Amino acid sequence: MCTTCGCGHGDVAVEGEAALPHHHHHHDHHHAHAPGISPTRIIEIERDILSKNDHLAWHNRDDLARLGVLALNLVSSPGSGKTTLLARTAADLGTRRAVAVIEGDQQTSLDADRIRETGARAVQVNTGKGCHLDADMVGRAIRQLQPEPGSLLFIENVGNLVCPAAFDLGEAAKVVILSVTEGEDKPLKYPDMFRAASCMVLNKSDLLPYVPFDVEKCVEYARRINPGIEVLQLSALTGDGLGDWCAWIERQASAITAKAS
Amino acid sequence: MHEMALAEGVLQIVEDTIRGQNCTRVTAIRLEIGALSHVEPDAMRFCFDAVIRGSVAEGARLEIDTAPGRAWCHNCGHEVALPSLIAACPDCGGFQVQVTGGQELRVKDMEVN
Ligand SMILES: Nc1nc2c(ncn2[C@@H]2O[C@H](COP(=O)(O)OP(=O)(O)OP(=O)(O)O)[C@@H](O)[C@H]2O)c(=O)[nH]1
Ligand SMILES: [Mg+2]
Ligand SMILES: [Zn+2]
Repeated sequence: MCTTCGCGHGDVAVEGEAALPHHHHHHDHHHAHAPGISPTRIIEIERDILSKNDHLAWHNRDDLARLGVLALNLVSSPGSGKTTLLARTAADLGTRRAVAVIEGDQQTSLDADRIRETGARAVQVNTGKGCHLDADMVGRAIRQLQPEPGSLLFIENVGNLVCPAAFDLGEAAKVVILSVTEGEDKPLKYPDMFRAASCMVLNKSDLLPYVPFDVEKCVEYARRINPGIEVLQLSALTGDGLGDWCAWIERQASAITAKAS
Repeated sequence: MHEMALAEGVLQIVEDTIRGQNCTRVTAIRLEIGALSHVEPDAMRFCFDAVIRGSVAEGARLEIDTAPGRAWCHNCGHEVALPSLIAACPDCGGFQVQVTGGQELRVKDMEVN
């Protein structure tokens, strides 16, 4: 954490970027030298707290749309199987469309290495103390990756069912991955995330015989919060249900490519 | 904790606004936070205190106006109060509700001298 202002940004590292000198946001300090007492007054602001992030996300979305690139933001708690699913997806779809992945984790490039083993391109973003990716980090990673026109860009967010819900990255859709070992009550406990997502993937379906996970209830909970959410059930390990997942991606991609041409 | 990033966003907006203004100190900042937004007011206060240290807003009071949650109920055909994202319509008990208000996350104004 940056000790000057208490933020995590100073530790963000985007793989491939030339090392920059650690910069602190400069806070203005002119208050210390003011003579006398000036009158108290109110200054109107009326600005969204997330306006800077949302503006950068708008640029990311605009750049990606121009290229006809489908970007999906994968969000979940740690260990739901995001990287396993992406490695399989890259192997299955990579022959038809170029696949690139932005991997977000606090530390290590383990996940980007796993993706690169499939032959897909990947950039690791380490957020340091940060608990989510933001539009600035993703914009920088996109500039490193230079995705091909008509390709697929997956963004694996930091494993966290809370914070990533608030940050638009410029993606076409958020996909929330929920593994069946986590319990069917998660949509009710973390409603912000399930509301922000367009699609819920129930992963590790191969474990359903061994855990008391009520799929129907889980879907009902998710649709209570987000009536339009799509639901897919699969196992990234065995490959069961991956055909529907790839078909869903292909539908989203066609919509984006059609708009770009 | 994403409130830290949001508190930094508040300070940045304050610093942007104050540039070129003839004032020496920010003494209060007023936010509007919707009951259905992604922000917990207590967490925001905690992070705000950490972020303003050493800035032009050091020691500033944080005022938080909460905007109530509102939704359109498709069953009832009218707008209802919605205290949380997992709440049912208070009139019919159904979940066919669409959020219409309470997601605000804004810096309203600030007091300077
Ligand atoms: N049984 C079973 N295990 C799975 C499946 N998918 C992933 N796993 C296992 O779950 C563990 C976590 O998988 P990852 O793909 O690393 O999960 P992740 O969501 O990328 O984790 P973080 O990036 O750390 O948040 C690994 O041991 C995987 O082998 C599945 O469909 N079935
Ligand atoms: Mg992973
Ligand atoms: Zn109703």
